[in-house]
Amino acid sequence: MSEGSGRAGETAPAPALTVRGLRKSYGATEVLHDLDLVARADGVTALLGPSGCGKTTLLRLVAGFDRPDGGEIRFGEQPVYGPGRCVPAQRRRVGYVPQEGALFPHLTAGANAVFGLPRTRRRPSTARELLAGVGLDESLAQRYPHQLSGGQQQRVALARALAPRPALVLLDEPFSSLDAGQRESTRQAVLAILRTAGTSTILVTHDQSEALSMADEVAVMREGTIVQLAAPQQLYRSPVDPGVAAFVGAAVLLPATLDGAVAHSALGPVALDPAAGAAATGSVRLLLRPEQIHIQPDREAGDATAPEGRPGVPARVSGLQFYGHDCAVQLQLLDGGPGISARTLGGSAPRAGDLVHLTVTGTGTVFGAP
Amino acid sequence: MVAAAVVVALFALIPLFFVIGYTIDLGWAQTSELVFRARVGELLWNTLRLTLGCMALSAVLGTGAAWLVERTTIPLRKLWTVLLVAPLAIPAFVNGYAWISVTRTVDGYWGALLVTTLSYFPLVYLPVVAALRGLDPALEESARSLGLSSQAVFGRVLLPQLRIALYGGVLLVGVHMLAEFGALQLLRFPTFTTAIYDQFRSSFNGPAANVLAGVLAAVCLVFLLAELGLRGGARYGRLGSGAARSVTRIELGRWHWPALGGLALLSTLALLVPLGALLRWLLAGRSTAFPWASLARTAATTVGLAAVAAVVAVALALALGWLSERYGSRLGALLERGTYFGSAMPGIVVALALITVSIRLVPGLYQSAPLLILGYAILFLPRAVINVRSALSQARPLYDDVARSLGTPTLQRLRRVTLPLMAGGLGAGAALVVLAVATELTATLLLAPTGTQTLATAFWGLSSSLQYGAAAPYAALMIAISAPATYLLTRQAGRSLTP
Repeated sequence: MSEGSGRAGETAPAPALTVRGLRKSYGATEVLHDLDLVARADGVTALLGPSGCGKTTLLRLVAGFDRPDGGEIRFGEQPVYGPGRCVPAQRRRVGYVPQEGALFPHLTAGANAVFGLPRTRRRPSTARELLAGVGLDESLAQRYPHQLSGGQQQRVALARALAPRPALVLLDEPFSSLDAGQRESTRQAVLAILRTAGTSTILVTHDQSEALSMADEVAVMREGTIVQLAAPQQLYRSPVDPGVAAFVGAAVLLPATLDGAVAHSALGPVALDPAAGAAATGSVRLLLRPEQIHIQPDREAGDATAPEGRPGVPARVSGLQFYGHDCAVQLQLLDGGPGISARTLGGSAPRAGDLVHLTVTGTGTVFGAP
Repeated sequence: MVAAAVVVALFALIPLFFVIGYTIDLGWAQTSELVFRARVGELLWNTLRLTLGCMALSAVLGTGAAWLVERTTIPLRKLWTVLLVAPLAIPAFVNGYAWISVTRTVDGYWGALLVTTLSYFPLVYLPVVAALRGLDPALEESARSLGLSSQAVFGRVLLPQLRIALYGGVLLVGVHMLAEFGALQLLRFPTFTTAIYDQFRSSFNGPAANVLAGVLAAVCLVFLLAELGLRGGARYGRLGSGAARSVTRIELGRWHWPALGGLALLSTLALLVPLGALLRWLLAGRSTAFPWASLARTAATTVGLAAVAAVVAVALALALGWLSERYGSRLGALLERGTYFGSAMPGIVVALALITVSIRLVPGLYQSAPLLILGYAILFLPRAVINVRSALSQARPLYDDVARSLGTPTLQRLRRVTLPLMAGGLGAGAALVVLAVATELTATLLLAPTGTQTLATAFWGLSSSLQYGAAAPYAALMIAISAPATYLLTRQAGRSLTP
């Protein structure tokens, strides 16, 4: 077996994982249909989707736990599943970290970490090294899984998965079972470990902020197919359709008319993102993010003694949720139109019932009319 | 695998098929003639009044003792917990022997009621204690904050929540009582089991014994259906997450000494009397002799039979458990219920069924060790099934997947992951079967090959011919063997009934 061959070349390495036309049904329900996915080498690709969209099924097919009904799976250049070929899971050498870690309950943390190594290398010293590699104290090596916290269990599971040096690591919602306090710190630690190890990673998650903050690329999955694969910022700014837009973050969708590279809506003219080549003309839907909508208090606008520019669109604050660092605001335009939600910093939060003026910063994205 | 599981369940249901088949075979006229007799009415009355009396008394003693230990400031709580479960380690027929050898006055209804209650009240005590431990103390606290007295808290808050555990325990006592034979025979109180046995001894495999067994099985079915309905209707355990919080115990005040005295009396009657009697016979009895050779031979026979029965039962349970755990199929659950029904039949019914069926179908099997083993397997399959089930759920498929992703080949996965994960459950299941077989009397008496003696049948032979001293060493050995089983059962009850 020639492993790690994908990393040899200086120029554009082969993708870590290529999936073509993958199909899988359970009984009469088709879970995956003609799924295509290319995951880059040496980075984190997040597989983002609502629960039940087939993420875990895809992961299990890639790991080799289940057999696809058709299609093709390649690791680097090597096909592991294709016409007349199916490499069993134990010879695919992928690292797999399931949701709750699934440490073997009858083995200590140390024994878990070295489980996948050949017998001669299953030594206590190796176990301690592996645990140290994921930032765990050596004294934990003798503990059993039930004596570890959730975050520690996840790290041991990661150490175990990384020990045989797999070229590809699969993480199946590894942080969802952790409590909020442990989640963020464990995420950061795991990301740092993965970057140091230099493995390619597929991270399955239904949490958009996790996907956007951790991944180099995000593949959005819906109803058994990948609908968009893009870098986090591009995905957030230019989603392919309103569904993806709403899934990766809060979205404000407004009816608008397109005039060249400018969309006119109830909030006034908004320039379009030049990167997204919008082909639609006439009646469209304009996507803005709540943090793009800027709220100015009425008094300030009045004090400015009729500025020559646009004073903004008048609106009334109909509701708000104060989170401390920031604040979600619901607004009703004075001259009718759809309700609008905005996000401001916590320090400049308006009060419910206030009269305010709205302006838009940045560019927007448009979709064809429904 | 599925076919194997179906066969297992069918085997377990032999007693039931036997009862139905035999009745049909005999024809209605003859059956009714045998059933509707004054003798049967008398036996039914005896069996029911003893069973119901024992159930009621066990409910009061078990619940009362559990409440005292778990909810009041009674001292020595750890000691009481042990002492109140320990009677389970003394087989009821040994208890009966101990009492009758001390005083002749315990025969008849009241004697039988006393001895059987002392043997079986822990079956109520255990689940009620487990349920009490699982209850959220906040419920009692809020009741008290609403102004309820201690009695009112018990009656209006605790008792309704303990209902399921209590009913379950009481019905278990009922099922045990219907199957009880040895103690009642020794205490000379005629019920169905003793009548069937006498009938069988006098007119081997006659229709009278079989029809009596049929009536007993029918009564037993009523109890089982009640138990099943109870379990289906409400969830067991998991009553709250307040187990970690400690409860405020009720001050007993002037009831301190009476309560302590009550528990002491109960423990004395249930433990000290039988153990004391046994010790007296062991040390001072004139007929006591230590026939080491025959003692060792009997013990070896018992352990050998028990070990084979345990292996068979665990293997059968694996087939069933694997089916319902890995596939969660309705078929699996149904088959499991089936084995449960078969095994809850009294040992004497199971034995009669196997004798009748084997004589008709495979005469060579009659009075052979395999038939005895099959009887044991049918009777004690649920003990194995419960443990095998938990073993299988320990070895979740996910662990196998993880090991595969780490490159471990199939056989290595079995050795390094699956077997270690299942070892505990399989071992516990096998141990429980071994220990149950070691003290089984009724079915062994009927099914054992001529000349084969287990501890229980050797004890029985001696004690029923009034050689109390000679019987004592066998009884002591049985108690020594069943003590660990009692401990295991205690732990299991605690695990399944508390969060």
